[in-house]
Amino acid sequence: MSKYVDVIIAGFGGQGVMLIGNLLAYAAMEQGLNVTYIPVYGPEMRGGTANCTVVIGEEEIGSPIIFNPLSLIAMNRPSLDKFQPRVQDNGVLILNSSLVEPSLAEKNRLKAYAIPVNELADKLGNLRLANMVALGAYVQATGIVPLQAVKNALPNVISSHYAHLIPDNAKALQTGYDYAQNQGTV
Amino acid sequence: MTKRMFVKGNEAVCWGALAAQCKCYFGYPITPQNDIPEFMSKELPKRGGVFVQAESEIAAANMLLGAVASGVRAMTSSSSPGISLKQEAISYMAGSELPGVIVNMNRGGPGLGDIGPSQGDYFQATKGGGHGDYRLLVLAPGTVQEAYDLTIEAFNLAFKYRNPVMILGDAILGQMKEPITPKDPVIDDSEVHNWCLDGAQNRPSRIIKSLYLEDGALAAHNLKLAKKYEQMAQEEVRFEEFLTNDAELIVVAYGSIGRIVKTTIRKLRQAGHKVGLLRPISLFPFPKEILLSLAKAGKKFLTIEHNLGQMVEDVQLAICKFATTDFYGHLPGNLPTPNDFEQPILNSLEK
Repeated sequence: MSKYVDVIIAGFGGQGVMLIGNLLAYAAMEQGLNVTYIPVYGPEMRGGTANCTVVIGEEEIGSPIIFNPLSLIAMNRPSLDKFQPRVQDNGVLILNSSLVEPSLAEKNRLKAYAIPVNELADKLGNLRLANMVALGAYVQATGIVPLQAVKNALPNVISSHYAHLIPDNAKALQTGYDYAQNQGTV
Repeated sequence: MTKRMFVKGNEAVCWGALAAQCKCYFGYPITPQNDIPEFMSKELPKRGGVFVQAESEIAAANMLLGAVASGVRAMTSSSSPGISLKQEAISYMAGSELPGVIVNMNRGGPGLGDIGPSQGDYFQATKGGGHGDYRLLVLAPGTVQEAYDLTIEAFNLAFKYRNPVMILGDAILGQMKEPITPKDPVIDDSEVHNWCLDGAQNRPSRIIKSLYLEDGALAAHNLKLAKKYEQMAQEEVRFEEFLTNDAELIVVAYGSIGRIVKTTIRKLRQAGHKVGLLRPISLFPFPKEILLSLAKAGKKFLTIEHNLGQMVEDVQLAICKFATTDFYGHLPGNLPTPNDFEQPILNSLEK
């Protein structure tokens, strides 16, 4: 079976879900994989979630839009409520346990990780790094691309205005990765 | 290997235009294609080109007409309501045999509709759109790489035929990102100086016009245009065939819907269903011959569109001697997913 994963990344507007979607996609491209990224657009944006879908695979990619994803990064409760039921059995769930009760994870059905991304980001000194913590955890949970590839892609998706924050973002990716490895599973 | 770039469909159109040596862009903002004017406003002036945000879509389309009359490669872009406003100038470009490139990132309609994806402009794009007996060459990319490649083609074809060419995408293609591999196409504009308006120094003056009042002149002009459309039908048909050989059912779908259906087909294939895809890439000229040969081979057909049934008429016309096509229309206002097409395909298979 050739390498393939798709993910819905969802949260409040402002949590940086589009940025980590772009980052993951860019890293996958640099690994020589096929990839699509699509921000959700139009009426779906109403109702508490901003979201994007990233599809990564060795084979040519058909649909960039996925109803039943293999994985989900849920940064808030409305995102979990909306998308968790759609995740395929044995799929991966990264749940922001800073904002969402971990017991809500369908852990009998999914490989679920509860990551307190806000607290972990706060400890790093910048709450806005929460998205990177979540992506680091996702990369550990799925192994779809090496963490270093994601770090290497940072300068390509973070505007030059914020280039000084790249080391902090790399640190946040590592923090999420380590947390998922050591204590993240629900 | 050239380094891949990770860009939106809208941006890929722009990179394609730059690679095709587009020198002028004229536009007026409308969602979901604003990345195009944004990009061109930054990049064209750097390359010695001209970007104009016009006072309206009508003005932008007429600026395009003027620019290409001087032999310069130029384009405009918009989305559905804005494309309607451009139709007068598009008809004039067809009548005057001018090679304008027009990009339509189709959104919901009629009227202002919504800002989401739709294929509601198929008729407008392929059946004229403006007044008079003319055709556009219409190319419908399904991937971001195709948006890039076909934009380059659009410029070359516009100049080859001296006819306006439309790129017909939608809000999905415009907004999604995919890697593209850039190219360095060879541009041959040696013919341009035989017809363009460049000052008439040391040659007789020329008139570029669409008005033919003399007895028989318009008929002759219309026949000349018709010959070009015939030549397009001979030389410019483009399509993708996917798993059609052993298929019992051929799904016909273009653009974003075509690629989304491909995922559905892969899934149904895993469950043993013999389904294939024919994805028209040129909508005019329409890939009639391949459809006819598939119909002769005894296939069943299902046309899927993001509208309530437009291309299905061309499919039916192409296969009418041997088969009929089912139709499934995805409504605007909903992002289509591969799941949406499973049951309709299974229903058609069982018939």
